Amino acid sequence: MQRSSNDVWVGLLVLIGTAALLFLALQSANLLSLNFQKTYTVSAMFDNIGGLKKQAAIKSAGVVVGRVKEIVFDGKSYQARVVMAIESQHQFPKDSSLKILTSGLLGEQYIGIEAGAEEKVLAEGDKVQDTQSAVVLENLISRFLYNKAAEPAAPESK
Amino acid sequence: MIFKGLAHIGWVTRSWLADIGHAARLFVQLLSFAPDCVRRFGLVRDQMHFLGNYSLAIISVSGLFVGFVLGLQGYYTLQRYGSASALGLLVALSLVRELGPVVSALLFAGRAGTSLTAEIGLMKAGEQLSAMEMMAIDPVRRILAPRFWGGVLVMPILAAVFSAVGILGGWVVGVLMIGVDSGSFWGQMQSGVDVWQDVGNGVIKSLVFGITVSFVALRQGFEAQPTPEGVARATTRTVVMASLSVLALDFVLTALMFSI
Repeated sequence: MQRSSNDVWVGLLVLIGTAALLFLALQSANLLSLNFQKTYTVSAMFDNIGGLKKQAAIKSAGVVVGRVKEIVFDGKSYQARVVMAIESQHQFPKDSSLKILTSGLLGEQYIGIEAGAEEKVLAEGDKVQDTQSAVVLENLISRFLYNKAAEPAAPESK
Repeated sequence: MIFKGLAHIGWVTRSWLADIGHAARLFVQLLSFAPDCVRRFGLVRDQMHFLGNYSLAIISVSGLFVGFVLGLQGYYTLQRYGSASALGLLVALSLVRELGPVVSALLFAGRAGTSLTAEIGLMKAGEQLSAMEMMAIDPVRRILAPRFWGGVLVMPILAAVFSAVGILGGWVVGVLMIGVDSGSFWGQMQSGVDVWQDVGNGVIKSLVFGITVSFVALRQGFEAQPTPEGVARATTRTVVMASLSVLALDFVLTALMFSI
């Protein structure tokens, strides 16, 4: 094939394009954080997962230690079964508790782990018993209204 | 009278069908000449140089300004909800998913599509294409296919450059000028933008737009009336048709990608 000075410029164009794509993939989408570290899976049942999604973060003390792998509805207990992949380097006591929390007022939901006190640690396939559901705003409001209604009416002051 | 009207309807339908048929045949021909283009990549390279390198300036300058405006406008909207820290996410998502592919395709239609149409149209008006055919050289294979594949290959590169420069522009306005926290600008972006869902779909979109714009431009030039007015009309039609089909296809693609 004939060589020409255009080769250089087209090569440069392709290079710039690749650099732009790499920038998009690494800097804005953070491809490298898809870590390929070893993980172990742990499952837990939640009464209500709220807006939790697959790939949501699992945080302990605010640091990401894993990701939500799968969310399925369990037809027997009418609960949501959440399977989580936790990085192998982080180990948590068996009686740790899970909470579905929200980052910021309108942020996305994540699972927070609070370490327990037991000596044995969670291992592959274990089930976490102590869970706390997501806060559903409607339930909160209705409970508040119910409590208000149950209060004795304030004596009318004249 | 009624007879004449009927005949007119019939004629319109028939010519419309013939149009679609011609277009489809040309498209299949262009696709089937891909191996020839690989074998004589020099032709494609020269077209990539002409279509790509010379469009790079307009694409990056437009990307920069679109990023600036997104930074300002996004900040104005987000700070009402007290979530200015999500500015990076807003800028990146709108650029990577929509504005990058669409605006660069529109610019590409104006900058490169028109020149393709005018070039081919003038070749036709000057009977150069007929002369090639007389020499048993297929003009579709020798002239149109390298231009088509050059355009298709260059479009994703241009769209990626547009998005990347735009994000930098949004960063300049958001972080350097307005003072959004740099950490949350990038952090929110990184946690919210998915490589395959967002960046990957943007690349697919820009490929489809590259095919659309190059094909519309080449077909308009190839089918142009071989007169100065004919070439002028074909060039105008290239811009109108390419822009409309890019916008319509964008809607279809976005709808498809949301549903998947």
